[in-house]
Amino acid sequence: MEVKILSAKFDIENSHKLEVAKEHGAYATLEKLFAMEPADVIEEVKKSGLRGRGGAGFPAGVKWSFLPKDTGKPVYLAVNSDESEPATFKDRYILVRDPHMLIEGIIICCYAIGCHDTYIYIRGEYTSQVRILQQAIDEAYEAGYLGDTVAGRDFKLEVTVHRGAGAYVCGEETALLESIEGKKGQPRSKPPFPAVVGLYDCPTIINNVQSIASLPFIIDQGAEAYTAYGTEKSAGTHLFGISGHVEKPGMYELPLGLPVLDVLDKVAGGVWKGRKLKGVIPGGSSTPVLTAEEAKTATLDYESMAEHGTMFGSGGIVVLDDTVDIVALVKNLIDFYHHESCGQCTPCREGLGWMLKITKKILAGGGSSEDIDLLLELCDNIEMKTVCVLSAACTMPVRSYLNKFRHEFEAYVEKGASLQAAGIQG
Amino acid sequence: MSDRSQLIETGKPFKFDAERDAEFERLVKRYPTRESMILPALWLTQEQEGWVSAEAIAYIADRIGTYAAKVFEAATFYTMYHLKPMGQYHICVCRTLSCWLREKQNIIDFLAEEIGVRPGEISDDGRFSLEEVECLGHCGTAPVVQVNGEFHEEMNVEKMKTLLAGLE
Ligand SMILES: Cc1cc2nc3c(=O)[nH]c(=O)nc-3n(C[C@H](O)[C@H](O)[C@H](O)COP(=O)(O)O)c2cc1C
Ligand code: FES
Repeated sequence: MEVKILSAKFDIENSHKLEVAKEHGAYATLEKLFAMEPADVIEEVKKSGLRGRGGAGFPAGVKWSFLPKDTGKPVYLAVNSDESEPATFKDRYILVRDPHMLIEGIIICCYAIGCHDTYIYIRGEYTSQVRILQQAIDEAYEAGYLGDTVAGRDFKLEVTVHRGAGAYVCGEETALLESIEGKKGQPRSKPPFPAVVGLYDCPTIINNVQSIASLPFIIDQGAEAYTAYGTEKSAGTHLFGISGHVEKPGMYELPLGLPVLDVLDKVAGGVWKGRKLKGVIPGGSSTPVLTAEEAKTATLDYESMAEHGTMFGSGGIVVLDDTVDIVALVKNLIDFYHHESCGQCTPCREGLGWMLKITKKILAGGGSSEDIDLLLELCDNIEMKTVCVLSAACTMPVRSYLNKFRHEFEAYVEKGASLQAAGIQG
Repeated sequence: MSDRSQLIETGKPFKFDAERDAEFERLVKRYPTRESMILPALWLTQEQEGWVSAEAIAYIADRIGTYAAKVFEAATFYTMYHLKPMGQYHICVCRTLSCWLREKQNIIDFLAEEIGVRPGEISDDGRFSLEEVECLGHCGTAPVVQVNGEFHEEMNVEKMKTLLAGLE
Protein backbone atom coordinates (compact mmCIF):
# COMPACT_ATOMS: atom_id res chain seq x y z
CA MET A 1 0.00 0.00 0.00
CA GLU A 2 2.90 2.33 0.72
CA VAL A 3 4.19 4.55 -2.06
CA LYS A 4 7.36 6.62 -2.35
CA ILE A 5 6.69 9.97 -3.94
CA LEU A 6 7.47 12.48 -1.22
CA SER A 7 9.39 9.93 0.77
CA ALA A 8 11.50 8.73 -2.18
CA LYS A 9 14.74 9.91 -0.58
CA PHE A 10 13.81 9.34 3.07
CA ASP A 11 15.69 6.07 3.43
CA ILE A 12 18.86 7.17 1.67
CA GLU A 13 21.77 7.83 3.98
CA ASN A 14 22.67 11.52 4.31
CA SER A 15 19.78 12.50 2.03
CA HIS A 16 19.69 15.88 3.79
CA LYS A 17 23.05 16.75 2.25
CA LEU A 18 23.00 18.59 -1.05
CA GLU A 19 25.48 16.30 -2.74
CA VAL A 20 23.48 13.17 -1.96
CA ALA A 21 20.14 14.81 -2.69
CA LYS A 22 21.40 16.01 -6.08
CA GLU A 23 22.58 12.51 -7.00
CA HIS A 24 18.97 11.49 -6.49
CA GLY A 25 17.46 14.24 -8.58
CA ALA A 26 17.14 17.27 -6.30
CA TYR A 27 16.79 20.60 -8.13
CA ALA A 28 16.44 18.79 -11.48
CA THR A 29 13.02 20.39 -12.08
CA LEU A 30 14.43 23.92 -12.10
CA GLU A 31 15.43 23.69 -15.76
CA LYS A 32 11.85 22.88 -16.68
CA LEU A 33 10.46 25.39 -14.19
CA PHE A 34 12.27 28.41 -15.58
CA ALA A 35 11.20 27.46 -19.12
CA MET A 36 7.57 27.76 -17.98
CA GLU A 37 5.56 30.93 -17.48
CA PRO A 38 4.63 31.55 -13.81
CA ALA A 39 0.92 31.43 -14.74
CA ASP A 40 1.43 28.00 -16.30
CA VAL A 41 3.03 26.75 -13.09
CA ILE A 42 -0.05 27.87 -11.13
CA GLU A 43 -2.26 26.19 -13.76
CA GLU A 44 -0.34 22.92 -13.46
CA VAL A 45 -0.65 22.96 -9.66
CA LYS A 46 -4.38 23.64 -9.97
CA LYS A 47 -4.70 20.70 -12.37
CA SER A 48 -2.83 18.45 -9.93
CA GLY A 49 -5.60 18.98 -7.41
CA LEU A 50 -3.00 19.47 -4.65
CA ARG A 51 -4.81 20.47 -1.48
CA GLY A 52 -3.21 22.17 1.50
CA ARG A 53 -1.68 19.58 3.82
CA GLY A 54 -1.80 21.78 6.93
CA GLY A 55 -5.24 20.51 7.85
CA ALA A 56 -7.82 22.62 6.04
CA GLY A 57 -7.29 21.07 2.60
CA PHE A 58 -7.67 24.24 0.57
CA PRO A 59 -6.51 23.81 -3.06
CA ALA A 60 -2.99 25.23 -3.27
CA GLY A 61 -3.13 26.61 -6.82
CA VAL A 62 -6.44 28.33 -6.14
CA LYS A 63 -5.04 30.03 -3.04
CA TRP A 64 -2.11 31.37 -5.04
CA SER A 65 -4.43 32.89 -7.63
CA PHE A 66 -6.05 35.04 -4.90
CA LEU A 67 -2.93 37.22 -4.82
CA PRO A 68 -3.73 40.68 -6.12
CA LYS A 69 -1.70 41.66 -9.18
CA ASP A 70 0.78 44.53 -9.38
CA THR A 71 0.22 46.08 -5.99
CA GLY A 72 3.72 47.50 -5.98
CA LYS A 73 4.29 45.67 -2.69
CA PRO A 74 6.47 42.62 -2.20
CA VAL A 75 4.80 39.21 -2.04
CA TYR A 76 5.81 36.94 0.84
CA LEU A 77 5.69 33.19 1.29
CA ALA A 78 5.46 31.80 4.81
CA VAL A 79 6.03 28.08 5.05
CA ASN A 80 4.16 26.60 7.97
CA SER A 81 6.43 24.22 9.82
CA ASP A 82 4.82 24.72 13.21
CA GLU A 83 3.53 21.13 13.26
CA SER A 84 1.90 21.37 16.66
CA GLU A 85 -1.50 19.75 16.20
CA PRO A 86 -1.44 16.75 18.55
CA ALA A 87 -0.77 13.49 16.69
CA THR A 88 0.80 15.25 13.70
CA PHE A 89 4.43 14.42 13.00
CA LYS A 90 4.87 14.22 9.23
CA ASP A 91 6.50 17.51 8.20
CA ARG A 92 9.44 16.74 10.45
CA TYR A 93 10.45 13.89 8.13
CA ILE A 94 10.68 16.31 5.22
CA LEU A 95 12.74 18.81 7.24
CA VAL A 96 15.22 16.19 8.34
CA ARG A 97 15.32 13.66 5.55
CA ASP A 98 14.74 15.73 2.44
CA PRO A 99 15.07 19.44 3.19
CA HIS A 100 16.21 20.09 -0.37
CA MET A 101 12.83 18.87 -1.65
CA LEU A 102 11.29 21.58 0.51
CA ILE A 103 13.72 24.23 -0.76
CA GLU A 104 13.08 23.18 -4.35
CA GLY A 105 9.35 23.43 -3.68
CA ILE A 106 9.85 26.91 -2.25
CA ILE A 107 11.66 27.96 -5.42
CA ILE A 108 8.79 26.60 -7.53
CA CYS A 109 6.14 28.34 -5.46
CA CYS A 110 8.03 31.64 -5.35
CA TYR A 111 8.60 31.63 -9.09
CA ALA A 112 4.89 30.99 -9.63
CA ILE A 113 3.67 33.75 -7.31
CA GLY A 114 6.45 36.27 -7.89
CA CYS A 115 7.90 36.12 -4.39
CA HIS A 116 11.49 36.88 -3.41
CA ASP A 117 11.35 36.49 0.37
CA THR A 118 10.33 33.32 2.17
CA TYR A 119 10.12 32.68 5.88
CA ILE A 120 10.00 29.14 7.18
CA TYR A 121 8.25 29.21 10.55
CA ILE A 122 9.46 26.21 12.53
CA ARG A 123 8.32 25.24 16.01
CA GLY A 124 10.88 25.98 18.70
CA GLU A 125 10.96 22.42 20.00
CA TYR A 126 12.48 21.20 16.71
CA THR A 127 16.07 21.71 17.80
CA SER A 128 18.16 19.25 15.81
CA GLN A 129 15.64 19.59 12.99
CA VAL A 130 16.19 23.32 12.63
CA ARG A 131 19.95 22.75 12.48
CA ILE A 132 19.60 20.27 9.62
CA LEU A 133 17.21 22.56 7.78
CA GLN A 134 19.51 25.57 8.20
CA GLN A 135 22.51 23.55 6.97
CA ALA A 136 20.55 22.57 3.87
CA ILE A 137 19.60 26.21 3.26
CA ASP A 138 23.23 27.27 3.70
CA GLU A 139 24.30 24.61 1.21
CA ALA A 140 21.64 25.74 -1.25
CA TYR A 141 22.91 29.33 -0.96
CA GLU A 142 26.49 28.21 -1.57
CA ALA A 143 25.49 26.19 -4.61
CA GLY A 144 23.55 29.13 -6.04
CA TYR A 145 20.06 27.66 -5.66
CA LEU A 146 19.16 30.53 -3.37
CA GLY A 147 20.35 34.12 -3.35
CA ASP A 148 20.55 36.78 -6.02
CA THR A 149 20.47 34.52 -9.06
CA VAL A 150 18.63 31.28 -8.39
CA ALA A 151 20.19 28.51 -10.51
CA GLY A 152 21.89 31.15 -12.61
CA ARG A 153 18.59 32.79 -13.59
CA ASP A 154 17.59 36.39 -13.14
CA PHE A 155 15.53 35.46 -10.08
CA LYS A 156 16.31 36.48 -6.52
CA LEU A 157 15.17 34.46 -3.55
CA GLU A 158 15.98 34.73 0.15
CA VAL A 159 14.90 32.02 2.57
CA THR A 160 14.96 32.74 6.31
CA VAL A 161 14.13 30.37 9.13
CA HIS A 162 12.08 31.88 11.94
CA ARG A 163 11.83 29.85 15.12
CA GLY A 164 8.67 29.76 17.20
CA ALA A 165 8.90 29.25 20.94
CA GLY A 166 6.21 26.89 22.14
CA ALA A 167 2.83 28.21 21.05
CA TYR A 168 0.46 25.86 19.19
CA VAL A 169 -1.67 28.79 18.09
CA CYS A 170 1.20 30.06 15.92
CA GLY A 171 0.34 27.26 13.49
CA GLU A 172 -2.77 29.30 12.69
CA GLU A 173 -1.71 31.26 9.67
CA THR A 174 -2.32 34.81 10.88
CA ALA A 175 -0.90 34.13 14.35
CA LEU A 176 2.14 32.82 12.52
CA LEU A 177 2.48 36.13 10.69
CA GLU A 178 2.16 38.06 13.95
CA SER A 179 4.89 35.89 15.40
CA ILE A 180 7.25 36.63 12.51
CA GLU A 181 6.54 40.31 13.08
CA GLY A 182 7.77 39.88 16.65
CA LYS A 183 4.44 39.90 18.43
CA LYS A 184 2.60 37.40 20.58
CA GLY A 185 0.71 34.88 18.48
CA GLN A 186 -2.81 36.25 18.46
CA PRO A 187 -4.72 35.49 15.24
CA ARG A 188 -6.05 38.34 13.12
CA SER A 189 -9.64 38.81 12.02
CA LYS A 190 -10.33 37.77 8.45
CA PRO A 191 -11.06 39.34 6.01
CA PRO A 192 -8.77 40.78 4.87
CA PHE A 193 -7.16 37.46 4.04
CA PRO A 194 -3.38 37.20 4.12
CA ALA A 195 -3.24 36.84 0.33
CA VAL A 196 -4.28 40.52 0.27
CA VAL A 197 -3.02 41.88 3.60
CA GLY A 198 -0.51 39.53 5.17
CA LEU A 199 3.02 39.75 6.48
CA TYR A 200 4.11 43.39 7.01
CA ASP A 201 0.73 44.28 5.43
CA CYS A 202 1.85 42.79 2.11
CA PRO A 203 0.25 40.03 0.03
CA THR A 204 1.27 36.72 1.60
CA ILE A 205 0.81 33.05 0.89
CA ILE A 206 0.98 30.59 3.77
CA ASN A 207 1.44 26.93 2.91
CA ASN A 208 2.24 23.84 4.89
CA VAL A 209 5.64 22.14 4.51
CA GLN A 210 4.17 19.06 2.86
CA SER A 211 2.12 21.14 0.41
CA ILE A 212 5.27 22.93 -0.74
CA ALA A 213 7.34 19.74 -0.79
CA SER A 214 4.80 18.14 -3.14
CA LEU A 215 5.57 20.69 -5.86
CA PRO A 216 8.82 19.28 -7.31
CA PHE A 217 7.07 16.01 -8.22
CA ILE A 218 4.10 17.82 -9.75
CA ILE A 219 6.25 20.11 -11.89
CA ASP A 220 8.73 17.39 -12.81
CA GLN A 221 6.24 14.63 -13.67
CA GLY A 222 3.20 16.73 -14.49
CA ALA A 223 -0.22 17.07 -12.88
CA GLU A 224 -1.47 13.80 -14.36
CA ALA A 225 1.26 11.78 -12.73
CA TYR A 226 0.07 13.24 -9.42
CA THR A 227 -3.64 12.66 -9.99
CA ALA A 228 -2.81 9.05 -10.90
CA TYR A 229 -2.68 8.62 -7.11
CA GLY A 230 -5.63 9.19 -4.83
CA THR A 231 -9.27 9.86 -5.63
CA GLU A 232 -10.97 12.41 -7.84
CA LYS A 233 -11.35 15.05 -5.13
CA SER A 234 -8.38 13.95 -3.07
CA ALA A 235 -5.51 13.68 -5.47
CA GLY A 236 -2.04 12.45 -4.72
CA THR A 237 -0.29 10.95 -1.76
CA HIS A 238 -0.03 11.98 1.87
CA LEU A 239 2.42 11.41 4.67
CA PHE A 240 0.31 9.78 7.37
CA GLY A 241 1.44 9.67 10.96
CA ILE A 242 -0.10 6.75 12.78
CA SER A 243 0.13 6.73 16.56
CA GLY A 244 -1.60 5.46 19.66
CA HIS A 245 -2.59 1.85 20.21
CA VAL A 246 -1.15 0.12 17.14
CA GLU A 247 1.59 -2.45 16.80
CA LYS A 248 3.63 -0.44 14.30
CA PRO A 249 3.14 3.26 14.82
CA GLY A 250 5.06 5.52 12.46
CA MET A 251 5.03 7.69 9.37
CA TYR A 252 3.80 6.09 6.15
CA GLU A 253 3.29 7.63 2.73
CA LEU A 254 0.06 6.39 1.19
CA PRO A 255 -2.14 7.39 -1.70
CA LEU A 256 -5.33 9.08 -0.55
CA GLY A 257 -8.50 7.02 -0.57
CA LEU A 258 -7.46 3.81 1.21
CA PRO A 259 -9.87 2.17 3.69
CA VAL A 260 -9.00 3.20 7.25
CA LEU A 261 -9.13 -0.30 8.66
CA ASP A 262 -6.99 -1.79 5.88
CA VAL A 263 -4.33 0.77 6.66
CA LEU A 264 -4.49 0.06 10.38
CA ASP A 265 -4.21 -3.68 9.87
CA LYS A 266 -1.90 -4.02 6.89
CA VAL A 267 0.32 -0.99 7.31
CA ALA A 268 0.33 -0.29 11.03
CA GLY A 269 0.17 -3.90 12.21
CA GLY A 270 -3.29 -3.74 13.78
CA VAL A 271 -4.45 -2.75 17.25
CA TRP A 272 -1.71 -3.47 19.77
CA LYS A 273 -1.67 -6.30 22.25
CA GLY A 274 -4.39 -8.09 20.28
CA ARG A 275 -7.00 -5.73 21.72
CA LYS A 276 -10.21 -4.54 20.11
CA LEU A 277 -10.64 -1.20 18.39
CA LYS A 278 -12.69 1.43 20.18
CA GLY A 279 -12.24 4.36 17.84
CA VAL A 280 -10.04 6.19 15.37
CA ILE A 281 -9.11 9.87 15.34
CA PRO A 282 -8.63 10.44 11.63
CA GLY A 283 -6.48 13.54 11.24
CA GLY A 284 -5.07 15.16 14.35
CA SER A 285 -6.68 15.66 17.75
CA SER A 286 -9.05 18.35 16.47
CA THR A 287 -10.91 16.01 14.12
CA PRO A 288 -14.09 14.33 15.46
CA VAL A 289 -13.58 10.68 16.42
CA LEU A 290 -14.86 7.73 14.37
CA THR A 291 -16.25 4.79 16.30
CA ALA A 292 -14.94 1.33 15.37
CA GLU A 293 -18.19 0.80 13.48
CA GLU A 294 -17.91 4.06 11.53
CA ALA A 295 -14.27 3.36 10.74
CA LYS A 296 -15.36 0.26 8.81
CA THR A 297 -16.72 2.31 5.94
CA ALA A 298 -14.39 5.33 6.07
CA THR A 299 -11.56 5.89 3.62
CA LEU A 300 -8.60 8.21 4.02
CA ASP A 301 -9.68 11.09 1.84
CA TYR A 302 -11.38 14.46 2.23
CA GLU A 303 -14.80 13.38 0.89
CA SER A 304 -15.20 10.18 2.89
CA MET A 305 -14.23 11.93 6.11
CA ALA A 306 -16.79 14.68 5.42
CA GLU A 307 -19.46 12.02 4.73
CA HIS A 308 -18.62 10.47 8.08
CA GLY A 309 -19.12 13.78 9.86
CA THR A 310 -15.47 14.39 10.52
CA MET A 311 -12.48 15.87 8.74
CA PHE A 312 -9.43 14.59 6.94
CA GLY A 313 -7.24 17.01 8.88
CA SER A 314 -3.49 16.68 9.02
CA GLY A 315 -2.97 12.97 8.39
CA GLY A 316 -2.34 12.25 12.07
CA ILE A 317 -4.28 9.06 12.75
CA VAL A 318 -4.71 7.99 16.37
CA VAL A 319 -5.88 4.50 17.21
CA LEU A 320 -7.80 3.95 20.44
CA ASP A 321 -8.08 0.45 21.86
CA ASP A 322 -11.00 -0.77 23.97
CA THR A 323 -9.28 0.07 27.27
CA VAL A 324 -9.23 3.83 26.62
CA ASP A 325 -11.14 5.87 29.16
CA ILE A 326 -12.87 8.39 26.89
CA VAL A 327 -13.63 10.82 29.73
CA ALA A 328 -9.96 10.95 30.70
CA LEU A 329 -9.04 11.36 27.04
CA VAL A 330 -11.43 14.30 26.72
CA LYS A 331 -9.82 15.89 29.77
CA ASN A 332 -6.40 15.46 28.19
CA LEU A 333 -7.65 17.14 25.00
CA ILE A 334 -9.37 20.08 26.67
CA ASP A 335 -6.28 20.61 28.81
CA PHE A 336 -4.24 21.03 25.65
CA TYR A 337 -6.50 23.54 23.90
CA HIS A 338 -7.15 25.47 27.09
CA HIS A 339 -3.41 25.74 27.72
CA GLU A 340 -2.78 26.82 24.13
CA SER A 341 -5.57 29.42 23.89
CA CYS A 342 -3.94 32.74 23.05
CA GLY A 343 -6.32 34.49 25.40
CA GLN A 344 -7.68 37.08 23.00
CA CYS A 345 -11.30 35.80 22.74
CA THR A 346 -13.35 35.32 25.92
CA PRO A 347 -15.35 32.25 24.76
CA CYS A 348 -12.10 30.37 24.11
CA ARG A 349 -10.04 31.64 27.04
CA GLU A 350 -12.78 31.23 29.65
CA GLY A 351 -15.05 28.66 27.99
CA LEU A 352 -12.40 26.02 27.54
CA GLY A 353 -11.46 26.55 31.18
CA TRP A 354 -15.05 25.90 32.25
CA MET A 355 -15.16 22.78 30.10
CA LEU A 356 -11.99 21.58 31.76
CA LYS A 357 -13.40 22.18 35.25
CA ILE A 358 -16.63 20.33 34.47
CA THR A 359 -14.78 17.40 32.94
CA LYS A 360 -12.50 17.19 35.97
CA LYS A 361 -15.55 17.22 38.21
CA ILE A 362 -17.11 14.35 36.26
CA LEU A 363 -13.83 12.42 36.41
CA ALA A 364 -13.69 12.91 40.16
CA GLY A 365 -17.13 11.34 40.43
CA GLY A 366 -18.87 14.60 41.35
CA GLY A 367 -20.66 15.22 38.07
CA SER A 368 -24.31 15.00 37.12
CA SER A 369 -26.16 14.20 33.93
CA GLU A 370 -26.80 17.93 33.52
CA ASP A 371 -23.06 18.51 33.52
CA ILE A 372 -22.79 16.36 30.39
CA ASP A 373 -25.47 18.48 28.74
CA LEU A 374 -23.76 21.61 29.97
CA LEU A 375 -20.57 20.51 28.22
CA LEU A 376 -22.51 20.10 24.98
CA GLU A 377 -24.11 23.51 25.45
CA LEU A 378 -20.70 25.08 26.06
CA CYS A 379 -19.42 23.55 22.82
CA ASP A 380 -22.24 25.31 20.95
CA ASN A 381 -21.63 28.59 22.73
CA ILE A 382 -17.90 28.65 22.08
CA GLU A 383 -17.65 27.32 18.54
CA MET A 384 -17.38 29.86 15.73
CA LYS A 385 -17.65 32.74 18.18
CA THR A 386 -13.95 33.44 18.19
CA VAL A 387 -11.43 35.07 15.86
CA CYS A 388 -9.77 31.79 14.90
CA VAL A 389 -10.83 28.15 15.00
CA LEU A 390 -8.58 27.02 17.85
CA SER A 391 -11.64 26.80 20.09
CA ALA A 392 -13.55 24.82 17.44
CA ALA A 393 -10.55 22.51 17.21
CA CYS A 394 -11.45 21.61 20.79
CA THR A 395 -15.25 21.71 20.76
CA MET A 396 -15.71 19.70 17.54
CA PRO A 397 -13.91 16.59 18.77
CA VAL A 398 -15.23 16.97 22.34
CA ARG A 399 -18.81 17.06 21.04
CA SER A 400 -18.11 13.89 19.08
CA TYR A 401 -16.91 12.05 22.21
CA LEU A 402 -19.88 13.32 24.21
CA ASN A 403 -22.33 12.14 21.58
CA LYS A 404 -20.71 8.85 20.60
CA PHE A 405 -19.47 7.75 24.02
CA ARG A 406 -22.02 9.38 26.31
CA HIS A 407 -22.41 6.14 28.21
CA GLU A 408 -18.83 6.49 29.42
CA PHE A 409 -19.62 9.91 30.88
CA GLU A 410 -22.84 8.53 32.40
CA ALA A 411 -20.84 5.73 34.05
CA TYR A 412 -18.78 8.34 35.90
CA VAL A 413 -21.94 10.16 36.93
CA GLU A 414 -23.67 7.01 38.14
CA LYS A 415 -20.81 4.94 39.56
CA GLY A 416 -18.18 7.59 40.17
CA ALA A 417 -15.70 5.61 38.10
CA SER A 418 -14.84 4.79 34.53
CA LEU A 419 -16.86 2.31 32.53
CA GLN A 420 -13.97 -0.13 32.77
CA ALA A 421 -13.50 0.30 36.51
CA ALA A 422 -17.22 0.07 37.15
CA GLY A 423 -17.29 -3.22 35.25
CA ILE A 424 -20.00 -2.10 32.85
CA GLN A 425 -19.96 -3.55 29.37
CA GLY A 426 -19.46 -0.87 26.78
CA MET B 1 4.94 26.04 34.09
CA SER B 2 5.39 28.94 36.42
CA ASP B 3 4.39 32.51 37.02
CA ARG B 4 5.27 34.14 33.75
CA SER B 5 4.69 37.73 34.78
CA GLN B 6 7.74 38.30 36.96
CA LEU B 7 11.18 39.06 35.64
CA ILE B 8 14.26 38.36 37.70
CA GLU B 9 17.12 40.84 37.94
CA THR B 10 20.65 39.48 38.02
CA GLY B 11 22.19 42.77 39.09
CA LYS B 12 24.68 42.45 36.25
CA PRO B 13 24.55 44.08 32.83
CA PHE B 14 23.73 41.78 29.90
CA LYS B 15 25.03 41.80 26.36
CA PHE B 16 25.46 39.34 23.51
CA ASP B 17 28.81 37.61 23.20
CA ALA B 18 30.71 37.96 19.92
CA GLU B 19 29.09 34.90 18.33
CA ARG B 20 25.53 35.98 19.17
CA ASP B 21 26.31 39.51 18.17
CA ALA B 22 27.34 38.35 14.72
CA GLU B 23 24.26 36.16 14.41
CA PHE B 24 22.03 39.08 15.42
CA GLU B 25 23.61 41.26 12.73
CA ARG B 26 23.23 38.50 10.11
CA LEU B 27 19.56 37.98 10.90
CA VAL B 28 18.48 41.59 11.27
CA LYS B 29 19.14 42.13 7.57
CA ARG B 30 16.63 39.42 6.74
CA TYR B 31 13.60 41.31 8.04
CA PRO B 32 12.05 44.56 6.84
CA THR B 33 11.30 45.61 10.44
CA ARG B 34 13.64 45.40 13.41
CA GLU B 35 10.82 44.20 15.68
CA SER B 36 10.88 40.88 13.85
CA MET B 37 14.14 40.32 15.73
CA ILE B 38 12.33 40.04 19.09
CA LEU B 39 11.91 36.25 18.96
CA PRO B 40 15.33 35.54 17.44
CA ALA B 41 16.99 37.81 20.01
CA LEU B 42 15.22 36.06 22.86
CA TRP B 43 16.49 32.76 21.47
CA LEU B 44 20.04 34.06 21.23
CA THR B 45 19.81 35.24 24.83
CA GLN B 46 18.53 31.90 26.05
CA GLU B 47 21.22 30.04 24.13
CA GLN B 48 23.86 32.20 25.76
CA GLU B 49 22.55 32.34 29.34
CA GLY B 50 20.06 29.49 29.60
CA TRP B 51 17.29 31.92 30.53
CA VAL B 52 16.03 35.47 30.02
CA SER B 53 16.60 38.04 32.77
CA ALA B 54 15.20 41.53 33.30
CA GLU B 55 18.51 42.99 32.09
CA ALA B 56 18.34 40.89 28.93
CA ILE B 57 14.85 42.18 28.13
CA ALA B 58 16.11 45.76 28.48
CA TYR B 59 19.16 44.99 26.35
CA ILE B 60 17.12 43.39 23.55
CA ALA B 61 14.67 46.30 23.49
CA ASP B 62 17.54 48.74 23.30
CA ARG B 63 19.36 46.75 20.64
CA ILE B 64 16.25 46.49 18.47
CA GLY B 65 15.07 50.01 19.17
CA THR B 66 11.68 49.10 20.57
CA TYR B 67 9.79 49.23 23.87
CA ALA B 68 10.85 46.82 26.59
CA ALA B 69 7.13 46.07 27.03
CA LYS B 70 7.04 44.50 23.56
CA VAL B 71 9.95 42.22 24.34
CA PHE B 72 8.41 41.43 27.73
CA GLU B 73 5.12 40.58 26.03
CA ALA B 74 6.77 38.08 23.69
CA ALA B 75 8.97 36.61 26.43
CA THR B 76 5.96 35.94 28.62
CA PHE B 77 3.65 34.68 25.85
CA TYR B 78 5.98 32.05 24.39
CA THR B 79 6.40 29.30 26.94
CA MET B 80 9.79 28.06 25.75
CA TYR B 81 11.52 31.18 27.02
CA HIS B 82 12.65 30.55 30.57
CA LEU B 83 12.24 33.56 32.81
CA LYS B 84 14.34 32.02 35.57
CA PRO B 85 17.30 29.64 35.60
CA MET B 86 16.31 26.02 34.96
CA GLY B 87 18.08 22.89 36.14
CA GLN B 88 21.38 21.83 34.58
CA TYR B 89 19.26 19.20 32.84
CA HIS B 90 15.90 20.49 31.78
CA ILE B 91 13.63 17.51 31.20
CA CYS B 92 10.47 17.94 29.16
CA VAL B 93 7.96 15.10 29.07
CA CYS B 94 5.16 15.23 26.52
CA ARG B 95 1.79 15.01 28.20
CA THR B 96 -0.46 15.14 25.13
CA LEU B 97 -2.73 12.59 23.47
CA SER B 98 -0.46 9.96 21.89
CA CYS B 99 2.12 10.08 24.67
CA TRP B 100 -0.68 9.92 27.22
CA LEU B 101 -2.13 6.87 25.44
CA ARG B 102 1.32 5.26 25.55
CA GLU B 103 1.69 5.81 29.27
CA LYS B 104 3.82 8.90 29.73
CA GLN B 105 2.53 9.03 33.31
CA ASN B 106 4.87 6.17 34.27
CA ILE B 107 7.81 8.40 33.38
CA ILE B 108 6.49 11.34 35.38
CA ASP B 109 5.88 9.09 38.39
CA PHE B 110 9.34 7.59 38.07
CA LEU B 111 11.01 11.00 37.93
CA ALA B 112 9.10 12.16 41.00
CA GLU B 113 10.41 9.16 42.88
CA GLU B 114 13.92 8.98 41.46
CA ILE B 115 14.97 12.64 41.42
CA GLY B 116 12.23 14.06 43.60
CA VAL B 117 11.01 16.54 41.03
CA ARG B 118 7.45 17.10 39.90
CA PRO B 119 6.37 19.02 36.81
CA GLY B 120 7.18 22.70 37.31
CA GLU B 121 9.87 22.05 39.90
CA ILE B 122 13.64 22.37 40.03
CA SER B 123 15.63 19.95 42.19
CA ASP B 124 17.28 21.40 45.31
CA ASP B 125 20.77 20.78 43.96
CA GLY B 126 19.82 22.56 40.72
CA ARG B 127 20.65 19.54 38.60
CA PHE B 128 17.18 18.81 37.25
CA SER B 129 14.08 20.68 36.27
CA LEU B 130 10.99 18.97 34.97
CA GLU B 131 8.28 20.31 32.73
CA GLU B 132 5.27 18.64 31.18
CA VAL B 133 4.91 19.98 27.67
CA GLU B 134 2.41 19.67 24.85
CA CYS B 135 2.75 17.42 21.78
CA LEU B 136 6.35 17.42 20.58
CA GLY B 137 5.64 16.19 17.06
CA HIS B 138 7.05 12.71 17.67
CA CYS B 139 3.77 10.92 18.40
CA GLY B 140 4.67 7.84 16.34
CA THR B 141 7.48 7.09 18.77
CA ALA B 142 5.57 8.00 21.94
CA PRO B 143 6.13 8.58 24.73
CA VAL B 144 8.70 11.28 24.09
CA VAL B 145 11.11 13.10 26.38
CA GLN B 146 13.42 16.02 25.62
CA VAL B 147 16.50 16.67 27.73
CA ASN B 148 18.12 20.04 27.06
CA GLY B 149 16.44 20.02 23.68
CA GLU B 150 17.55 16.55 22.64
CA PHE B 151 14.81 14.07 21.76
CA HIS B 152 14.47 10.62 23.32
CA GLU B 153 11.79 8.47 21.76
CA GLU B 154 9.81 5.35 22.72
CA MET B 155 10.64 6.04 26.33
CA ASN B 156 9.79 3.92 29.34
CA VAL B 157 11.00 3.74 32.92
CA GLU B 158 13.93 1.45 32.05
CA LYS B 159 15.18 3.75 29.31
CA MET B 160 14.67 6.79 31.52
CA LYS B 161 16.86 5.14 34.17
CA THR B 162 19.61 4.53 31.65
CA LEU B 163 19.31 8.07 30.35
CA LEU B 164 19.64 9.57 33.83
CA ALA B 165 22.61 7.35 34.60
CA GLY B 166 24.33 8.64 31.47
CA LEU B 167 24.13 12.28 32.56
CA GLU B 168 27.21 13.59 34.33
C1 LIG C 1 -5.07 26.50 15.87
C2 LIG C 1 -4.52 26.15 14.52
C3 LIG C 1 -3.30 25.52 14.43
C4 LIG C 1 -2.76 25.20 13.18
N1 LIG C 1 -1.55 24.56 13.14
C5 LIG C 1 -1.00 24.30 11.92
C6 LIG C 1 0.29 23.70 11.83
O1 LIG C 1 0.92 23.38 12.85
N2 LIG C 1 0.81 23.47 10.61
C7 LIG C 1 0.14 23.81 9.46
O2 LIG C 1 0.65 23.60 8.37
N3 LIG C 1 -1.09 24.36 9.52
C8 LIG C 1 -1.66 24.62 10.71
N4 LIG C 1 -2.90 25.23 10.75
C9 LIG C 1 -3.56 25.59 9.48
C10 LIG C 1 -3.06 26.94 8.97
O3 LIG C 1 -3.84 27.97 9.54
C11 LIG C 1 -3.16 27.07 7.45
O4 LIG C 1 -4.44 26.69 7.05
C12 LIG C 1 -2.18 26.22 6.69
O5 LIG C 1 -0.87 26.42 7.14
C13 LIG C 1 -2.23 26.59 5.22
O6 LIG C 1 -1.36 25.78 4.47
P1 LIG C 1 -1.91 24.70 3.44
O7 LIG C 1 -2.99 25.37 2.64
O8 LIG C 1 -0.75 24.33 2.63
O9 LIG C 1 -2.45 23.58 4.24
C14 LIG C 1 -3.47 25.52 11.99
C15 LIG C 1 -4.71 26.15 12.11
C16 LIG C 1 -5.24 26.45 13.35
C17 LIG C 1 -6.58 27.13 13.41
S1 FES D 1 1.58 13.47 21.67
FE1 FES D 1 3.57 13.38 22.51
S2 FES D 1 4.78 13.83 20.80
FE2 FES D 1 2.80 14.09 20.01
